[in-house]
Amino acid sequence: MSQVRVLVGTKKGAFILTSDGQRKKWNVDGPHFAGWEIYHIKGSPIDPKRIYVSQSSGWFGQIIQRSDDGGKTWHQPGTPAGSPTTTADGTPLAESNKFVYDTSDKTGKPLTTHQWYDGTQHPWEFKRIWHLEPSLTDPDLVYAGAEDAAMFVSKDGGKNWKELAGLRGHNSGKQWMPGAGGMGLHTILIDPKNPNRMFVAISAAGAFRTEDAGKTWKPINRGLKSQFMPDPEAEVGHCVHRIAFHPSKPDVLYMQKHWDIMRSDNSGDSWHKISGNLPTDFGFPIEVHAHNPKTVYVVPIKSDSEHFPLEGKLRVYRSKTGGNEWEALTKGLPQKDCYVNILRDASSIDTLDDCGIYFGTTGGQVYVSANSGDSWETIVHDLPAVLSVETQVFK
Amino acid sequence: MIRVVLPAHLRTLAAIQDEVTLQVKGKLTIKTLLDELEGKYPMLRGTIREHITFKRRPFLRYFACQEDLSHESPDTPLPEAVVSGKEPFLVVGSVAGG
Repeated sequence: MSQVRVLVGTKKGAFILTSDGQRKKWNVDGPHFAGWEIYHIKGSPIDPKRIYVSQSSGWFGQIIQRSDDGGKTWHQPGTPAGSPTTTADGTPLAESNKFVYDTSDKTGKPLTTHQWYDGTQHPWEFKRIWHLEPSLTDPDLVYAGAEDAAMFVSKDGGKNWKELAGLRGHNSGKQWMPGAGGMGLHTILIDPKNPNRMFVAISAAGAFRTEDAGKTWKPINRGLKSQFMPDPEAEVGHCVHRIAFHPSKPDVLYMQKHWDIMRSDNSGDSWHKISGNLPTDFGFPIEVHAHNPKTVYVVPIKSDSEHFPLEGKLRVYRSKTGGNEWEALTKGLPQKDCYVNILRDASSIDTLDDCGIYFGTTGGQVYVSANSGDSWETIVHDLPAVLSVETQVFK
Repeated sequence: MIRVVLPAHLRTLAAIQDEVTLQVKGKLTIKTLLDELEGKYPMLRGTIREHITFKRRPFLRYFACQEDLSHESPDTPLPEAVVSGKEPFLVVGSVAGG
């Protein structure tokens, strides 16, 4: 029978929730890395035992952890405890938390500043890894999205990281600026039909696409309108909160922008608004059903200044028509006095026949719907604030 | 034997139960002590000092013999009491209270 593993990153550690395919009874394992912020924890699509973790702290910086046994044991890639610290010739072993921005002339466009909150230029400073995206085909290949925004790649299971400098080298970098949560690269989508094509999203720069595995990038923000910008329709500067697609339809992208739910039918070349009848279209996560490419989920939040559900009612909204027509999903969710938020990486889906939807809240609840959103149950009530949720299905 | 006391999170990261003991060849300075510490526990690289610049991370402080050494040059010789192991070198996370 299929097993489901839900990987939860929180403000104070990681938790692993496991169940069988029924998704009724859950085992809660954790905290792993207790006391550390776990911005993201995600498993390899082709090797479920391989799990990558972004562990960070304002005091001690960035750590990358890896498990090769489904989360039973962990190590920092390249630096396992008790192993030699150097190679035979004395070269220091890999440092898996070494994320260094590429400022070499070889990239052609070394970039050292971006726009600060007050409009002045500010140097790029590494703060943490927001998102880890393992390859669809190679468990040792993994991408990382950083704050300050940049994309890194490791081809050796997280031991060494190299910046894909063409993204920051795009000549728009000086117009990028931090969102309220920082200037993070938070979304990485890999086209399953063409792994050289990837999409990323950055707050607040916008969405970008590469066709050559990250060497060069193109902004894909036409159709977005952001009233906080001097030019609301500028090429970059938009606060994109999340993008998603269905693996069978990678040309159809869905976006939760700061405000506005958007859709592109041409790989991001242009976008149109699909907020339709939503009561508010501010929010963070967006998901696509595992088996119905036109079924989309969002969790509307009251506003950019009030990050909690409208009227204290936690409602997931589902569209079965690719947007515009939305229905509230409330069964099993609190409909009174609920003032939590759902962060951009804190939702996920599973691929079981009856698609499971998951999300975690800043109040520490993790919810599951085992029937495509029709009804919801609480897996766990009182975790630390949830930063990320990912799922794995395996035999 | 030189003694080093680390914050709880770094002890967990390095699988250390208590104080770290080190032997440093040559002059004992903040730099040579941390070089030896990171050589023995490579998982601590980047957590106390920045990778490239080797600057102290901003929310950490160094103490020894009840003196704040956080702003001393990395090449400053450490007190004899640290060299002899009578006193530990402390790496402390700032903002301890709530």
